[in-house]
Amino acid sequence: MKIKVLGPGCPKCEQTAKIVQEAVAASGVAAEVEKVTDIMEIAKHGIFVTPGIIIDNEVKSTGKVPTKEEILAWLQTGGQP
Amino acid sequence: MDNKEVCECATAIDKGPRELTIRLKLALIIASLAAWWLLYRQLEGLAQWVTYGVLGLARGTHLGVAVAFFLYDVPKIMMLLVLVVFGVGLVRSFFTPERTRTILAGKRETLGDVLAALLGIVTPFCSCSAVPLFIGFIESGIPIGVTFAFLISAPMVNEIALVLLWGLFGWRVAFIYMSTGLAIAMVTGWIIGRLDMERQVEDWAYQIRMASSPQTEQSLTWSARIDYAWQTVKDILGKVWPYIILGIAVGAGIHGYVPEGMMAAIMGKNAWWSVPLAVLIGAPIYSNAAGIIPVVQALLAKGASLGTVLAFMMSVIGISLPEIIILRKVLKPRLIAVFVGVVTVGIMMVGFLFNVIL
Repeated sequence: MKIKVLGPGCPKCEQTAKIVQEAVAASGVAAEVEKVTDIMEIAKHGIFVTPGIIIDNEVKSTGKVPTKEEILAWLQTGGQP
Repeated sequence: MDNKEVCECATAIDKGPRELTIRLKLALIIASLAAWWLLYRQLEGLAQWVTYGVLGLARGTHLGVAVAFFLYDVPKIMMLLVLVVFGVGLVRSFFTPERTRTILAGKRETLGDVLAALLGIVTPFCSCSAVPLFIGFIESGIPIGVTFAFLISAPMVNEIALVLLWGLFGWRVAFIYMSTGLAIAMVTGWIIGRLDMERQVEDWAYQIRMASSPQTEQSLTWSARIDYAWQTVKDILGKVWPYIILGIAVGAGIHGYVPEGMMAAIMGKNAWWSVPLAVLIGAPIYSNAAGIIPVVQALLAKGASLGTVLAFMMSVIGISLPEIIILRKVLKPRLIAVFVGVVTVGIMMVGFLFNVIL
């Protein structure tokens, strides 16, 4: 599973990245977390309010820091094809 | 693919505990409102009592006045902030930037400018996402002027500034601030729209085709909205409380020690040059509303005129160097200059206007 956390480095984006990493660690799912900070890249992904989270090319969340529970739910259901 | 299932599953997880507690939450809100009101009415008496009774300071001394001011203003502003930020948080849970974009897409220019400025008040927005937002707007065909109306109004007409003005100077000043801020956003948007600025946007912004449009927001339950609003309160207060206390402390110092009328000479109505000077000093400074307003209050109390002070405040909150630096990635220098120039002139006009009519 590939997880992208998109944000130019504002406090909320850092917070989101941290929570995602915690959730991944807690769930035990094999996932690769990547931080996207370049504004052009962010825009190309169709995110126009940061922070955004993309799991396996699907936009899961924009404009807010999701809760750990939300992320865990995405991790559990998003893993299957 | 399994999108539907994912959503159902996710909401099911969310709903379980929340549905149970919605009544409890409403009860809590009502109880807190009552407690808020009772406590708020006692604040001034309490501050006086602590200053002159408990601390034993003499009435009418510099120190006494400053301490009483501080002890009254800190809890008062904090309480107003909790109330208003919570209310604004509830309203904002209805307006995502995605929804704002959908509303603005396909609107005619002038109507678009007005709507964009109004939506700027209620749409949650952080200046660090100004660039992706700008591109998102442009890409869905929103005219550049309308986009600017939004980008100007969103930071300038801000709820913290409104609360502080309302709490410290009454609703009239808060209303004047809000309506002139909106007017500046609308007029600047309109002017930029007239100036054919499309080519002043960096080319890469037009080349981007947003790959997937973000998922449509699922509608939130009231319980989730309450959670969201409460989270906003914690976020904002957690961030601004040191500025507020520092600002009020400076304000208290000025209140107690600077003689009446001292500011009248340099920031008064008769000093016409004070307005442009205030804007020039204020523009590059960036502070959040929370830090600047208590200082402003003290200046006003000592004879500075409202127009000058409003102009100073608007330029501090509305034009910020960090945001301009971020926007430079997507705007060519000429458009940046027009944007800063028009907003600056607008703020100065507000300053002069209020110095003349008030």
